[in-house]
Amino acid sequence: MTPAPVTMAEGRAIPLQGHDIDTDRIIPARFLKSISFTGLGNHVFADDRAAAGGCHPFDRPEHQGARILVVNRNFGCGSSREHAPQSLRRWGIAAVIGESFAEIFASNCLALGMPCLRGETEAVEDIQQLVQEQPGVHFRLTLAAPGLHGLDRHWPLMIESGPQTMLLSGCWDATGLLLSHGDELRRTASRLPYLNNFAPSG
Amino acid sequence: MDWPDPNTHGDCRLDHGQREARADSLAGMPLILPERLVGDVERTGSGVLGLQQFPFTAGLSPLSTGTLYDKVWALHRVAELPGGQTQLFIGLHLIHEVTSPQAFAMLKERGLSIRHPERTVATVDHIVPTTDRGRPLADPLAEAMLGALEKNCAHYGLRLYGFDSGQQGIVHVIAPELGLSQPGMTIACGDSHTSTHGAFGAIAFGIGTTQVRDVLASQSLAMDKLKVRRISIHGALAPGVFAKDAALHVIRRLGVKSGVGHAYEFAGSCVAAMAMEERMTLCNMAIEAGARCGYVNPDQVCFDYLHNRPCAPRGAAWQQAVTWWRSLTSDGDAVYDDEVTMDAGEIAPTVTWGITPGQAMAVDEVVPTPDQLPAGERPLAQEAYRYMDLQPGQPIAGTPVDVCFIGSCTNGRLSDLRDAALVARGRHVADGMKAFVVPGSQQVARAAEAEGLDAVFAQAGFEWRRPGCSMCLAMNPDRLQGRQLSASSSNRNFKGRQGSASGRTLLMSPAMVAAAAVSGVVTDVRTMLGATTAPVEP
Repeated sequence: MTPAPVTMAEGRAIPLQGHDIDTDRIIPARFLKSISFTGLGNHVFADDRAAAGGCHPFDRPEHQGARILVVNRNFGCGSSREHAPQSLRRWGIAAVIGESFAEIFASNCLALGMPCLRGETEAVEDIQQLVQEQPGVHFRLTLAAPGLHGLDRHWPLMIESGPQTMLLSGCWDATGLLLSHGDELRRTASRLPYLNNFAPSG
Repeated sequence: MDWPDPNTHGDCRLDHGQREARADSLAGMPLILPERLVGDVERTGSGVLGLQQFPFTAGLSPLSTGTLYDKVWALHRVAELPGGQTQLFIGLHLIHEVTSPQAFAMLKERGLSIRHPERTVATVDHIVPTTDRGRPLADPLAEAMLGALEKNCAHYGLRLYGFDSGQQGIVHVIAPELGLSQPGMTIACGDSHTSTHGAFGAIAFGIGTTQVRDVLASQSLAMDKLKVRRISIHGALAPGVFAKDAALHVIRRLGVKSGVGHAYEFAGSCVAAMAMEERMTLCNMAIEAGARCGYVNPDQVCFDYLHNRPCAPRGAAWQQAVTWWRSLTSDGDAVYDDEVTMDAGEIAPTVTWGITPGQAMAVDEVVPTPDQLPAGERPLAQEAYRYMDLQPGQPIAGTPVDVCFIGSCTNGRLSDLRDAALVARGRHVADGMKAFVVPGSQQVARAAEAEGLDAVFAQAGFEWRRPGCSMCLAMNPDRLQGRQLSASSSNRNFKGRQGSASGRTLLMSPAMVAAAAVSGVVTDVRTMLGATTAPVEP
């Protein structure tokens, strides 16, 4: 099974302002009580949305169907729960732009083929403001030359070469690639002292 | 499957070389240095790291220089991947009921097997009730998750420490106490607090469910190498000040995203003087600073802890292991990407006042006002004042508390319970206070009961529960109600974290939680231990 390359994301954007938004807020723990990820899209930001009484960006009619989430600093910190990107994905998010991301969250997104791109604070705030004023704008996010395009404007974005290559090549679904190195895996195991009874080499 | 029963403890089937040949077994594998790795070099902060020498040649240190992180990374490097990521071998994989079922489903969907079933160990912790453990569990969803884990472990021949094993508990408590977590290993688990195992000089980090699938299938992960920041804490912690306070102090000073892209090496005389359980508390909280892994260089304290643990090496292998473990410590000339130094004497009992672990303060300070905070932190502070219903400039001491929780992978070990019991002994929880103690594992519970700690807590009005994650993340029936405010020895004070969408959490040490429980309000535990209170900073 070869996963599809991820080269771009297209559609409307949804701004979510605030720093340090943790994965407990993205998907509260009670929704993790399931042996599948099915249905998580309905519960994304459940408590924040309830507290906002219908005014949360994920509830606003103008953002329904949006594909590109725009966040601020350290998004996705805290718990390693993959349920967080799964719930965003199942709500309809295809890519995330932010000032910065928590590490486990970003690697979970990568494992789902969902790009996380970073932008300078000014660029991210600019995009958020633009989307608030004109929620209907159609954007195009590109990965080969990382950037966001819309309204005849362009915002340069950043992504590390590792995730970028994995996404563009389709290797973001890493299992096949990892398994293709059977000999190397065996060699690595053979040199790990704790897998070989700490025997000194001869 | 013909695995030894986890109940039979002397026989640890993770022991090296004990496994009989089976598909993909390592048995009989020649111990030769792969040629392609000879002279294989990579740039590190400390220069060129070479694997010129089989790194565990007895009596010899590896010729490579660098940090422990560099050495462990190099040893576990399987291949370079397109785009510059590294395929990293995972030496120990820990799983639990919440983040594994979907991974097993993905394996089945793709018809994949488990490459090294002997290197994955399971327990049940997140959803388990801490009172009635009769099967089926009262909560059908919890029962389904536990049932799925049991079924998957039986199907794939994975060792599971369930209720009947006598070793069930929080995954980050049981792996160390079984001696599974060892220096020089790479350890992964679908839980962010996997950083805990770094206390042993392992490179341990949390992963998501899809990565759990990858580890099950390939015993490896695609990873980017981290930078290393050394955090040296010098001096001694004052009486009444604990590893938890040091952790909260570090996060408060460096911030919750400081560690992104970094491994945190904890060093300095304060850390060297810490017992293993204290080091586990410190490394556990590395993720709350944004660092996916934190570690301490292994030393005699670590080796003494591991000696004779069920899954630690034995006999001749023990001394060889110690020799190898010693060789892994960061070299004196290792170059760090960043260094931070702190004075342990400046650390007071620390309490969080906000909605991130970085929003912390000394118990004798006042809640910071916006003008005391960097401009970038003020919006989050405003959100925290509102959510926590605390006013800037108000003292945190004296704040009434509704619920007191002692437990979690941060502070649910025997020494934590002893610290709390010292405060609880001869006192009683305040009127109307709900206070409960959840040991981190069945082994912790047995040890605590053997020295009468359960009775101390019971006499003081605390409930004594069965082991699990409990109200740290409230996936079981232990939850806050409404706006209740908890004093908690856990690791996260996020909005809604403890089971009520509007519930509030103050993080602190177990002794501080016990002090809050008996006085009904946030209290400086130093006043109860007869310790001298440090002068308040102007």
